[in-house]
Amino acid sequence: MTVVDARGLRCPLPVIELAKLAARSAPGQVLTLLADDPASATDVPAWCRLQGHDLLGSQPAADGGVAYVVRLRNGGGGDSSNAADSAAR
Amino acid sequence: MGTANTPAARRSTPPSGYLDAASTEALHPAARAALLAALDDGWADPVRLYRAARQARAMLDRAREQMAAALQCRPDELTFTASGAAAVQMALDGLMLGRRRVGAALVASAVEHSSVLHAAGHATGGGATLVGVDGFGAVDPQEFAAALGPDTALACLQSANHEVGTLQPVQAVASACARVGVPLLVDAAASIGHGPVPEGWSALTASAHKWGGPAGVGVLCLRTGVRWRRPGGSAAAAGAHPGGFDNVAAIVAAAAALEVVVAHAADEDARLSELTTRIRAAVAATVPDCEVVGHPLLRLPHIVTFSCLYASGEALVSQLDRAGFAVSSGSSCSASTLDPSHVLVAMGALSQGNIRVSLPRGVADSDVERFLQVLPGAVATVRDQLAGADR
Repeated sequence: MTVVDARGLRCPLPVIELAKLAARSAPGQVLTLLADDPASATDVPAWCRLQGHDLLGSQPAADGGVAYVVRLRNGGGGDSSNAADSAAR
Repeated sequence: MGTANTPAARRSTPPSGYLDAASTEALHPAARAALLAALDDGWADPVRLYRAARQARAMLDRAREQMAAALQCRPDELTFTASGAAAVQMALDGLMLGRRRVGAALVASAVEHSSVLHAAGHATGGGATLVGVDGFGAVDPQEFAAALGPDTALACLQSANHEVGTLQPVQAVASACARVGVPLLVDAAASIGHGPVPEGWSALTASAHKWGGPAGVGVLCLRTGVRWRRPGGSAAAAGAHPGGFDNVAAIVAAAAALEVVVAHAADEDARLSELTTRIRAAVAATVPDCEVVGHPLLRLPHIVTFSCLYASGEALVSQLDRAGFAVSSGSSCSASTLDPSHVLVAMGALSQGNIRVSLPRGVADSDVERFLQVLPGAVATVRDQLAGADR
């Protein structure tokens, strides 16, 4: 399972970090985002909804913040956006 | 004097690029003319008995009648306050006092204006029942009705949402409240002057600077027969000025603006609604990874809100400002706290890269066109900056 730690980063950086990771990950892969920005509680589910990924769940992380577990959509690879593509370079 | 009636003074021409009418509108020319006239002729104490006082009283009475006609209430149901938030506070506290023998519970939508939520939180010690909303930001009337209990002293529902423009089902909720005898406070600040005045309320509040009146004039309409007790007790109502010395000139100006705005609302709302429909379509078509939020049809004519993935709302506001456009944002980075707008959170909408465009009355079509040309580049610039800064 691949993890990106975005704790300490503020909106919208945690979602950008997640999108970068998604862009270089295989379809169907399960990713975990660690974030402590309150906006992530709204924006990670919204990102999943807009990009067609599944939010499998979220729970407090043992060493602080929240762990968001996401399964990337099957087919079409990771994130399609220019922003995420350029962010992933 | 007569300038208030010339066509030029009656048409509102907002500053170019100003697309933040939901925060406030520039002073309407009719309000400016009325304000200047009332500063000259309406300065005296309206409760006194000499000529200058009677003149101020006459101006105040006429403003009250104009305002009552526009708000479809009786003149004696109107109280003027120092702001919209003060009107909400006075309505909410007074209605809760009037029902204190029934209970102290309060039901409100989760997407009320912060002035309502703060007053409700204070009145209940933080125990207000908040009714959630759907993805468009509207409450379900049945869910709202189910939240009303035997100890519910008051229900609060906005006429329309100030951040995303979605209309609330006020009529259905008002019927539900009436069936169980719970008074309903309707915060109509976002909608007055746009479309029909809500019906079925026990109390209705609004704020003049949202319709092109001056700041510092709030309006509270209390339906005749509704149990309301002045906060602070009877001592607060003693004396010649129970609510404080009225700002006669500002009230006169507020009424003059509202009368003109309401008279032209049908045509202007149709025009604004076409423009926001166009913005909704253009944003969805030209800005990738963007979500237009709020109801596509059951909405105010002048507000359109959208959120852009991988963008900061604050940076977008600044980028658009550099391009000559004034808009607002509900993203967390543009707030004083780290929390995004409670409205977007309640809707489950994307909160990052959030922009609210709200068209002032009289906005030029060319301003909207120019905004739509500039927007995709502004979003791309902000996204590139963020992606670059993080490497």
